[in-house]
Amino acid sequence: MNKRMTSANVVSELRDGMTIGIGGWGARRKPMALVREILRSPLRDLTLVSYGGPDVGMLCAAGKVKKLIFGFVSLDVIPLDPHFRAARQAGALEVMEIDEGMLQWGLRAAMIRLPFLPTRAGLACDVERLSPQLRTVQSPYDDGETLLAMPALRLDAALVHVDHADERGNAQILGPDPYFDDLFCGAATRRYVSCEHIVPTEQLTTLGCVHTLSINRSMVDGVVEVPFGAHPTSCTPKYGIDLEHLRVYGAASGSEKWAAYRQRHVDVSHDAYIEAVGGGARIAEIPPTIF
Amino acid sequence: MSERTSKDHTLVDLCIAAAAEAWRGDGEILATGIGLVPRLAAGLAWRTFSPDLLMTDSECMLVSEPVPVGPRDGYQPKVEGWMPFGKIFDHLWGGRRHAMTSPTQIDRLGYSNISCIGDPARPKVQLLGVRGVPGNTINHPCSFFVPGHSPRTFVARVDMASGVGYDPARWAPGVKQDFRELRLVVSNLGVLDFGGPASTMRLRSVHPGVTVAEVQEQTGFELALADPVGETPAPSAEQLEIIRLLDPRDLRASVFRT
Repeated sequence: MNKRMTSANVVSELRDGMTIGIGGWGARRKPMALVREILRSPLRDLTLVSYGGPDVGMLCAAGKVKKLIFGFVSLDVIPLDPHFRAARQAGALEVMEIDEGMLQWGLRAAMIRLPFLPTRAGLACDVERLSPQLRTVQSPYDDGETLLAMPALRLDAALVHVDHADERGNAQILGPDPYFDDLFCGAATRRYVSCEHIVPTEQLTTLGCVHTLSINRSMVDGVVEVPFGAHPTSCTPKYGIDLEHLRVYGAASGSEKWAAYRQRHVDVSHDAYIEAVGGGARIAEIPPTIF
Repeated sequence: MSERTSKDHTLVDLCIAAAAEAWRGDGEILATGIGLVPRLAAGLAWRTFSPDLLMTDSECMLVSEPVPVGPRDGYQPKVEGWMPFGKIFDHLWGGRRHAMTSPTQIDRLGYSNISCIGDPARPKVQLLGVRGVPGNTINHPCSFFVPGHSPRTFVARVDMASGVGYDPARWAPGVKQDFRELRLVVSNLGVLDFGGPASTMRLRSVHPGVTVAEVQEQTGFELALADPVGETPAPSAEQLEIIRLLDPRDLRASVFRT
């Protein structure tokens, strides 16, 4: 069994109008190499589900996002992503804006093949009011409580970035927080995992304890080896958030500056991108972010 | 807005001590302070009158003592537990937390806004998004710190209600209000709560040198007043010492810098 793919293979399997879930959180462990590959493709009219960071910002800057399902878009060390803000302020996006925990609930519902999961989050505030497609249910028991029915967030594809994977798709996350990458894979029809290195299966448990094996191979369709594939987001402990590059990315607002950023940092091979941002040795020296 | 300093403390020190009071009486629950002043306030409460609190390193480790803010300078967090995002909503929605945030807008009935200014369909200014505020405000105590008290921050009605509040019209039949508790609002002018008639925002104390009239002038709606409106106490020497240990590089000096 060999699920090795290239980034280009992955993107060739995606279609206009797809609902794509992107793992990671803010500026942490985002599959940015795969996102840049989408930017190099003609894909359009995408619905994104993400705990957003520069993945969302970059796809907005490239005009590829029709709809966003989100709880926030933030670069963590820089609170706001300028490209996402510009798209929102231009009225260029449809959105479903929900609590971070509601997003988790929607992915979990999809993973366990339920139509919804009940929650109190989102009731009695503008989450409910602004997304009238969200419905409530009443508890069938004596309490009769009115709850919000968070609908299942079924994804056509999920993209995540991890530390290591074997060829069969068993994936390892060494950082302190696995975020919701397993739920993104669980909620999707096609599941693509990029990683720093593809390793033999038996090496996984020497590289980390069994609790680091967050995603099993039955949840994965394709594995892509992309060293530094999360840059400029972090892949702790290997490298931290590249604040310097996030500033360059953030400053590239407006069509002229964005075109210049694209030319140097998007419309190039991954190897050329790594060179353009200072090389792997520089990235590996970026210390873990202190929050 | 100028700092009102005395020889031993500044306005921000006074606000940190005032904000710490939010966690008074809280037992073994997670104290979350988002932003510098709330984080220092949570740490101060933990080190003094609420010794059973839990805090994180602002990422996913639970720690046994507050982590000083700024560069670590060799400090190693004293890790005692793990709270990744995958576990946090179980914890928060179970009510075992009190969070203080800094909303861009807050209104008379406690609705707070961290999401956007203007029409949410096409915002004039896009901010973060609702983040965890909807789930927080309906499930566990929440407090607020607003560094710039003005009619643009204390508004009659927020542009986007990121969280829940006290407007009965917004609570449909059967929706549980039991866990909603908006406890304290601390600003650069005073300390407020929602103890006014019908749970409207009420002024509890003014900071030294501030008048009730000034606070009302800087608020975009009519404030209820506690009887009497007190003066926010100055931080004690013990509190100041703890604040200095938690913020050894004096990052807090920039909070009210104009």
